Amino acid sequence: MLERLGGLVLGLLAWVGDVALFGARALYASVVPPYEFKEIWRQVFEVGWRSFPLVALSGFAVGVVLSMHTRASLERFGAEAMIPAGLAIALVRETGPLTAGLLVAGRVGAGIGAELGAMKVTEQIDALEAVAVDSFKFLAVTRILACIIALPLLTTVMDFAGILGGYVAEASISGMSPQLYLHRAFSLVEFSDFVPATLKTAVFGFIVGTVASYLGFTTSRGTEGVGRASTSSVVLASVCIIVVNVVLVKLIFFMFPDRT
Amino acid sequence: MSGEPAIRLEHVTKLFGGHKVLDDLSLDIPEGSAFCLLGRSGTGKSVTLKHIIGLMRPDTGHVFVYGKDVPALPRGELSEIRRSMGFLFQEAALFDSITVGENVAFPLRRHTDWPDSKIRDVARVKLANVGLEKDYEKMPAELSGGMRKRAGLARAMALDPDILLVDEPSAGLDPITAGEIDQLLVDRKRSGTTLVVVTHNIPSARHIGDELALLHEGRVIERGTAEELDRSENALVRAFMRAEGAG
Repeated sequence: MLERLGGLVLGLLAWVGDVALFGARALYASVVPPYEFKEIWRQVFEVGWRSFPLVALSGFAVGVVLSMHTRASLERFGAEAMIPAGLAIALVRETGPLTAGLLVAGRVGAGIGAELGAMKVTEQIDALEAVAVDSFKFLAVTRILACIIALPLLTTVMDFAGILGGYVAEASISGMSPQLYLHRAFSLVEFSDFVPATLKTAVFGFIVGTVASYLGFTTSRGTEGVGRASTSSVVLASVCIIVVNVVLVKLIFFMFPDRT
Repeated sequence: MSGEPAIRLEHVTKLFGGHKVLDDLSLDIPEGSAFCLLGRSGTGKSVTLKHIIGLMRPDTGHVFVYGKDVPALPRGELSEIRRSMGFLFQEAALFDSITVGENVAFPLRRHTDWPDSKIRDVARVKLANVGLEKDYEKMPAELSGGMRKRAGLARAMALDPDILLVDEPSAGLDPITAGEIDQLLVDRKRSGTTLVVVTHNIPSARHIGDELALLHEGRVIERGTAEELDRSENALVRAFMRAEGAG
C-alpha cells in the first residue's frame, strides 16, 4: 500500500518535472530566433478573440449573481451603497482572474490538447519536422505565448463584463444610474488591485498552454489517446491554476503589503 | 549517378520496448540512384526512412546524409539538410486544418521568399504533376486515400529535393494510379533525385529501383538489382521476389 502510494507520488513528481521542463524549454525557445510572429498572432486570435464571447457572457452572469449575493448580505447592515464597490473589488481581485483562467483552461486547453494530440497520432508533427520546421516552436511555443498574451486581456473583459452584469442587476432592483454605479464601483478599486491580479493570469495562460501542449505532444494510443489528452488538459490545467493561484495571491500580498 | 553515397547507415540499432527493430543495419545509397527497400511488415523499413531524415535517433550507430551525421546535427544544420529531402509518409500526414494546395505551398512559404502568387502557381504545378490540379481548394478530409497520398507526394516534392524518401507510394492505390506514381518517381530519378522507396509492391520496385534490398529482422539479408535478387540463393528472397501480386 505504502509502496504503491510512494510510486504514485514519484510518478506525479516526475510528471510535474517533465511539464516544468517543457515549459522552461518553451520560454527559452520563445526568445531565440527565428520568431514565429505570424503564427503567434494567429494563435492569439484563436485563443483570445474566439474565447471573447464565452468570457464576456460568463463575466456578465457572474456579475449578476455576485450582485444578488452582495445585496443579500449588505442589505442586512443597511450598506447597499457598498454593493458596487464590493462587487468590483471581488471581481477585479479574484473572481475575474480565476474564472477567466478556468474558462480558458476548459475551452482552449481542451482544444490545444486535442489538436496537438491528433497531429501527433496522424504524424502531422513529424511531417512538420520533415519539411524542416521546428514543430516545438511552431506548435507549442506559439500556443503557450498566445495563452500568456490573451489571458490578461480576457480577464479585463471578464472584469468589465462582470461590472456591467452587476449594474444591470442593481439597476433592475434599485434603479441606480450608470454614472453613480460606476462612481461607487471604482471608488475603492486601486491600481494595485487591478494590475497584479490581472497580470497573474499570464501565469495561468502559461500553465494552460504548457500543460495542454505537453499532453498533446506526448499523446499515444490513437484516438483514445487524443480524447485523454483533451480531458487531461482541462483537468490538470484547472487544478494547477487553482493551486498556483494560492501562491500567487500570497506573493501579491507580499509585494503589495498596503493592499487589504 | 556519381556513385558517391548520398546516404550511409553505419551499424544502426534501434529498439522499441526491448524489441530490436533495426539490428546493426549498415547501408550505402549512392547519389542519384533509386533504392527500394523491401520486406515484410514490421521489419523496420519505415523506421529506416525516419532515421535518414532525423525523425528518429539510433540507439547505436550513425546515419550520414551527404557526409553529415544526422543525429548529431544541431537544430539549424538539421533543418538545412532536411530542406534537401522530401518525405512521403505512409498515411500522407497532410496538415488537416489547411487546404490541399496550402499543404503543398507550406514548405515553399517557409523556405522561400517568393511572392504569394508564385508560391500558389508552383503549388498548382506540383499538384498537377500528381493529377490533383482541380483539388487545390479542397480540404484533406475531402480526398480519398489515394488522392491524399498523391497530395503528400506533391508536398514532398515541393522544394525539388535532392533526396526523396517515399514510404509505400502505391499502397491502397488502384493499379493505374499506382503506375502513374511509379512513373513520376522514375521521372524524378532521371532528373537526378536520389530515391529511397519503401514498398511491398515487387512490380513497382522492379520498375523504379536501380537496386533493391530485402530487410528481414532489422538487417539487410540481400541487396542487388532485381535480376540478382531473382537469382538469390536465399529462399526467403526468392519467395519475396516471386510475390508479383504483392502490394
